[in-house]
Amino acid sequence: MIRVMLPAHLRNLANTGSEVTVAIQGQATIASVLDALENQYPVLRGTLRDYATQERRAFVRFFVCSEDWSHLPAGTPLPDEITSGKEPFMVIGAIAGG
Amino acid sequence: MSGVRVLVGTRKGAFILTSDGKREKWQVAGPHFGGWEMYHLKGSPADPNRIYASQTSGWFGQQMQRSDDGGVTWQPVGNKFVYEGETGTHQWYDGKPHPWEFKRVWHLEPSLTDPDTVYAGVEDAAIFRTTDGGATWTEMAGLRNHSTGNKWQPGAGGMCLHTILLDPQNPARMWVAISAAGAFRSDDGGCTWKPITKGLHSQYIPDPTAEIGHCVHRIASHRSKPDVLFMQKHWDVMRSDDAGDNWYEISGNLPTDFGFVIDVNTNQPETVYVVPIKSDGEHYPPEGKLRVYRSRSGGNEWEPLTKGLPQQDCYVNVLRDAMAVDSLDKCGVYFGTTGGQVYSSADGGDSWNAIVHDLPAVLSVEVQTLS
Repeated sequence: MIRVMLPAHLRNLANTGSEVTVAIQGQATIASVLDALENQYPVLRGTLRDYATQERRAFVRFFVCSEDWSHLPAGTPLPDEITSGKEPFMVIGAIAGG
Repeated sequence: MSGVRVLVGTRKGAFILTSDGKREKWQVAGPHFGGWEMYHLKGSPADPNRIYASQTSGWFGQQMQRSDDGGVTWQPVGNKFVYEGETGTHQWYDGKPHPWEFKRVWHLEPSLTDPDTVYAGVEDAAIFRTTDGGATWTEMAGLRNHSTGNKWQPGAGGMCLHTILLDPQNPARMWVAISAAGAFRSDDGGCTWKPITKGLHSQYIPDPTAEIGHCVHRIASHRSKPDVLFMQKHWDVMRSDDAGDNWYEISGNLPTDFGFVIDVNTNQPETVYVVPIKSDGEHYPPEGKLRVYRSRSGGNEWEPLTKGLPQQDCYVNVLRDAMAVDSLDKCGVYFGTTGGQVYSSADGGDSWNAIVHDLPAVLSVEVQTLS
């Protein structure tokens, strides 16, 4: 199981705690985690990726093992620390607006 | 016992203000969806307990919410707004082609007869419709595919479709307004549209009388006279007596004819309200005095309404969707400010009281009259 940490507004929207877990079939990538997250919590569709383009929303960031993976291709495989559940896949609302 | 329910959308959540028919004592509920921009909430005329809300965020995009119990509880509904067919381009601020990109829902207009049918005006400008209570939304692409669509340009606030009017006497007729494309009417249920801008004059565009490009801020009408339209344009208050085919100016003796809101007294079709704002560069009332202006003659002759409103050091704005009227006798008038006040008048504007003083900046105000 992969642990996913969500920002406060999305926790409220999905009616969850700060961390959820998702199961991935096959290789875990950024895209497959987001797919699983949206399947488990349909209300999150459109909040992380644009509906039309499937591009990451500009002020949403993905952190993996303390590194910003936001600009990596969505098919990038996730490291063992994430797939083993040792570290969470972090969804972060970017600091914006001053 | 009659009553009213005022639906307030703000920069940081939604609030619901309720009172009995006297409209003197108020209960305040909220914030709902705290921290989110609530662009608009509106109840179904066919079922007052059904309320739709546009919830949006620069971070997390668009959500749509629906209540079936008058705003006590809410459930998220469909938020997939995808343009139909080839997306195409409109003009960007620099005049170059720019792809249409959905940003948010500015305005919701529930059907007059069916609680499951709602129209949504969005940025970048388009109109969507749901017929299943908000579960799915489909673009009515005839508007965006109008032959002028690739020439539309955004106003300073974005290219938003902010006004939708439904004709209570003719289900096939509807109007929309877009900043800064202008105003359009459909006579076939939204399949095709035509610009209705004859008589508008906008000095800030290359051709002041062009078919498109006018920055229309708001259009209002009275349900008994749907062909009489009142428009607050960027500058100029305008009127049409023929469903928008022709417009003429009714700014008359207003201290400034810039502003955003305009509305019509429910009981008096020729009584109109505006809130003059000093200029497009100074989005606050002239002289620091917050004044609603009322015309009892359908325009041109306006009187300032000041009783209960701040008459010094007031520098708030009143945004385009932030005025509403109830259906009681006397007509209640409501408006919200960027300073977080929601003012109400239970006597057609003669006197005002602040229901609340310190909300986040108010984006929209709607009112439901409850029996």
